[in-house]
Amino acid sequence: MSAILSITDLRKSYEGGFEALKGVNLEIEAGEILALLGPNGAGKTTLISTVCGITTATSGSVKVDGHCILDDFRAARSLIGLVPQEINLEPFEKVINSVRFSRGLFGKAKNEPLIEDILRKLSLWDKRNSQIKELSGGMKRRVLIAKALAHEPRVLFLDEPTAGVDVELRKDMWDVVQELKEQGVTIILTTHYIEEAEAIADRVGVIAAGEILLVKDKDELMTQLGKKQLCVHLSAPVSEIPASLAPHALEMSSDGAALIYTYDTKAERTGITALLNDVAAAGLVLADVSTRQSSLEDIFVGLVSGEKS
Amino acid sequence: MNWTAIWSIYRFEMARFFRTLFQSFLSPVLSTSLYFVVFGAAIGSRIDQVDGIDYGAFIVPGLIMLSVMTQSISNASFGIYFPKFIGTIYELLSAPVNFLEIVLGYVGAAATKALFIGFVILATATLFVDLTIAHPLAMVLFLLLTCLSFALMGFIIGIWAKNFEQLQLVPLLIVTPLVFLGGSFYSISMLPPIWQKITLFNPVVYLISGFRWSFFGTSDVPVGLSLLAIGAFTALCLAVIWWIFKTGWRIRS
Repeated sequence: MSAILSITDLRKSYEGGFEALKGVNLEIEAGEILALLGPNGAGKTTLISTVCGITTATSGSVKVDGHCILDDFRAARSLIGLVPQEINLEPFEKVINSVRFSRGLFGKAKNEPLIEDILRKLSLWDKRNSQIKELSGGMKRRVLIAKALAHEPRVLFLDEPTAGVDVELRKDMWDVVQELKEQGVTIILTTHYIEEAEAIADRVGVIAAGEILLVKDKDELMTQLGKKQLCVHLSAPVSEIPASLAPHALEMSSDGAALIYTYDTKAERTGITALLNDVAAAGLVLADVSTRQSSLEDIFVGLVSGEKS
Repeated sequence: MNWTAIWSIYRFEMARFFRTLFQSFLSPVLSTSLYFVVFGAAIGSRIDQVDGIDYGAFIVPGLIMLSVMTQSISNASFGIYFPKFIGTIYELLSAPVNFLEIVLGYVGAAATKALFIGFVILATATLFVDLTIAHPLAMVLFLLLTCLSFALMGFIIGIWAKNFEQLQLVPLLIVTPLVFLGGSFYSISMLPPIWQKITLFNPVVYLISGFRWSFFGTSDVPVGLSLLAIGAFTALCLAVIWWIFKTGWRIRS
């Protein structure tokens, strides 16, 4: 696969000196889904806005399929679709006209079957002649997606597309994203929902304070940085962790009925056998044993708070 | 040139106009009728002919210009301010269109609406006064150029405005006085000599004079000068808009 989006040393400073992007470098491969995670104010939206031409970069370069977003803006922008974070829509326009407008704005000839297909996939076909102001919040977000897809982009930016929408739409969205990926569309998604990144992304990028902290294959990231916890449920609660178990650095549940052991899945020795032997030697009786893999959210929180596991 | 984009913007803007067609039509008809009742019948009957023209007919070009200028400005300024206000401007900024294409779409639609209203007023006027148009083609040309140039000015105001109050400020405080003092309802030869000179600094004088010439064949200033003035004003507005898009002033952060 080749890079369809190349961002090199991208910087953005606003009037007043606030530096929203501090030299971002990012290569996004054609056909992948990249989830960009970051806390509020990390620079996610600024990054997207700069690539799409809404914000002007202070320095650095962005190329979309080899086309510079400044020198060759027509070719670059023609390839990009954007679903903004805010629900920005002309309230008095009909749904279908709004989507047709988006296609026309990108210089694409009329294609009614395509518009119908997009609207049907997003469950908007029945609402095509409704004014946008009559739609619910979730429906309006679907319209934004339909508008972004109307000119058949090869790169789609979804800026927190499922923020504040119900579970049904979120699942629909994920299906649409998967379908677009199958068609070869590259998708860059910013989200606060880690489960979303976990469910649909190929790679995960973490951005904080205007800097990309890491970009990694999602599975690799989870394997490398993921910690696993072994929970030893006791048949009788304890008031404190026996001294003989201190080397295992256990945590105790608040009711004293379980001991939690954190270990590294990639380590040569996990220490589980020794732990279980020591638990038995301490005279504790096991009722059950369970394990839990740390989620992307745990990794994300760890990274952003500077712990880096 | 992205003609499809220009056409899309134009159609989208015209759709707004058609949604409120009745108000768009009714308002100029009503205000023109009121002007004729007040200035034409009540006051005009006491005024002699101006430059050999009945006063009722004399004010027709000025009335049309008054509405066309204010409509061009308000249509174009609202047209571009509204996407800024509701946030849909993101779509324009991220689309493969340049400043000229955006301007052609918005200004073209605003000018079309104003042109329509200009013709509605002209048609309404014929119900009240006898009118013959000496130079019909020149009349259409002047009307068209005025619509375009003032729509360009409106576009600039729409980008400059940070709120709805500012959107009204320039038309209310600058344009309306200039139009009223620009000879809409009188010939500048009726003014004292000193004011005749001062009024020549008002650019609207040249537009109204040229437009009136197309109706009656008489003008306050030479027709060539009127055309030059409107051309210079258009060029100035275009230059300002080009600069706005080059620097991203008040549209790109």
